[in-house]
Amino acid sequence: MNRIDSLFARLRAEKRKALITFVTAGDPTLAATVDLCREMERAGADLIELGVPYSDPIAEGPVIQAANLRALANRIHLPDIMRTAAEIRAVVSAPLVYLLYFNCILQYGPERFLKECLESGIDGLIIPDLPLEEREELAPLADQAGVALLSMVTPVSGERIGPIVRQARGFLYCVSSLGVTGVRGQFSTDFRSFQEEIRKHTGMPTALGFGISSADQVRALKEYADGVIVGSAIVRRVGAAADRADAIRQVGELVRELRLALDE
Amino acid sequence: MSRKGRFGEFGGQYVPETLMNALRELEEAYFRFRDEAGFREDLERLFREYAGRPSMLYFAERMTRDLGGARIYLKREDLNHTGSHKINNVLGQALLAKRMGKKRIIAETGAGQHGVAAATAAAIFGMQCEVFMGREDTERQSLNVFRMRILGARVTPVDSGTQTLKDAVNEAMRDWVSTVGETYYLLGSVMGPHPYPTMVRDFQAVIGREVRTQILQREGRLPDCCVACVGGGSNAMGLFYDFIPEPSVRLVGVEAGGEGVETDRHAATITRGSIGVLHGMRSYFLQDAEGQILPVHSISAGLDYPGIGPEHAQLHASGRAEYVPATDAEAVDAFRYLTRVEGIIPAIESAHAVAWVRKEAPRMSPDQVVVVNLSGRGDKDVQSVARYMGEELS
Repeated sequence: MNRIDSLFARLRAEKRKALITFVTAGDPTLAATVDLCREMERAGADLIELGVPYSDPIAEGPVIQAANLRALANRIHLPDIMRTAAEIRAVVSAPLVYLLYFNCILQYGPERFLKECLESGIDGLIIPDLPLEEREELAPLADQAGVALLSMVTPVSGERIGPIVRQARGFLYCVSSLGVTGVRGQFSTDFRSFQEEIRKHTGMPTALGFGISSADQVRALKEYADGVIVGSAIVRRVGAAADRADAIRQVGELVRELRLALDE
Repeated sequence: MSRKGRFGEFGGQYVPETLMNALRELEEAYFRFRDEAGFREDLERLFREYAGRPSMLYFAERMTRDLGGARIYLKREDLNHTGSHKINNVLGQALLAKRMGKKRIIAETGAGQHGVAAATAAAIFGMQCEVFMGREDTERQSLNVFRMRILGARVTPVDSGTQTLKDAVNEAMRDWVSTVGETYYLLGSVMGPHPYPTMVRDFQAVIGREVRTQILQREGRLPDCCVACVGGGSNAMGLFYDFIPEPSVRLVGVEAGGEGVETDRHAATITRGSIGVLHGMRSYFLQDAEGQILPVHSISAGLDYPGIGPEHAQLHASGRAEYVPATDAEAVDAFRYLTRVEGIIPAIESAHAVAWVRKEAPRMSPDQVVVVNLSGRGDKDVQSVARYMGEELS
């Protein structure tokens, strides 16, 4: 059983919600990424997303764009990230998923990419620019490799939700609101009806992401999904930290707050 | 075309889920209105009375004599309202946006020609307009920035990435995912996710249709060769489309060779690129082995783009059209040449096509006919050409 499926099965049995956290690989260094992941798990993260830095991350807001630039400035390559993932896997038991853009996989070669994902302990993939209509060129290979190709739904997906969830693997990434990733002060989404719409089609685990940054938001939104995803708020702390130790301390602090809010 | 919106293996819809319903809505609206008599009449009237179509096909007699080979005709898209072929697509899409009930249009721009055309359409249709433009481009095309502002558009400089056209597209897409309900994304070239490459090509195809009629009147036969510059590729696609089924017509797209395709400072996507996915489409891109998009360079802000429209990718893959580079230096020479010989100041983009003709026309025979798309006028480029020549205009 894939680690993602085991995680959600366990959480469901324990009646707990998943805390999913994100860091950009190589921001500020790959060694720091290993430490950050270990610290996030210690502080209560259930699943970790590793962002693969890209030159043109069209789904990202300014915070993660800046992290991509910091990482790319270190001339980090995908094989380095694969090695780092394996190092993380050695010290972290939480499921690991990559968030990356499709061109990275296409150039690397999908077979080689999936094989190395498996060897490095990567459990799933989030590809923001691979919608339902285009996933056919990767989905059968991912299924074969046992790497979960996640799907995203948004408040404007409407009647696409049914067909999307039928293809979805792992957990369903529910985009909280229109727009790019980043910290939001408030949401205009009707989360109740969004959740009901999804539940008409599937009982699979769901997690809400995009714009969720604080313990208060976690408290307000956790009832609408099986988990919450926090990215930019963490990446912002990494970017603002004085040094590596400070980044680890600050990120740990935030993840602990989020965990408490989720378990209340 | 096995899948929707594909040209062979190229094209597609590689965009975030948030945009998929918007693309479907756009596709449905486009295919509904495209064939509707009222829509076509409105567009034809705008083309005729507002844009100044049909644009002239001018026999460049002095250039023909000087080069001593093929007979050279210039398709005068530079004489259109707003000064380039961009107005064709913009009027079509703005009319569509209006029919769809959208109140706000957004656009990306490189040289500013598409931005100016979009701002113009927003003015006549009474819509809000925001144009995303790389910071570097706002500096080298300050005249067009001011034109957009006085037309009532908001120009948002883009500081991310390389601060050029690619990043302007990224930023426009980011805005669109945030405002997708009320906003119409008026994409400026035959690129991006389906249905844009098809729709923009259809609106630009008026260029080639007019050329066919005009050249048959003048020469009594089809041209031997059609030449246009390519960045994203909309003016070239517009010229080529009508001639694709005519095997006797050679189709040539001229890419930005920058400081030379052997250097890393160019934007010659087909000459030097490889197949990848960006901005919603599978096509050729200038990228490294891991798919990171490379910085590109051209003296021309309008060709300074690391990709090319998917239908061009297919025309290249099938061998129907050929794509060749012209350098900055060749383009500047051609810019000065056409100005002096024919009294026409071409856009520096279009000058790339002229550069190819200067090399090739002398090798052709005097009974052959070449049509060059003069996609825009060059007033906007006078400053950067002067700078290139080492002169500072105050």
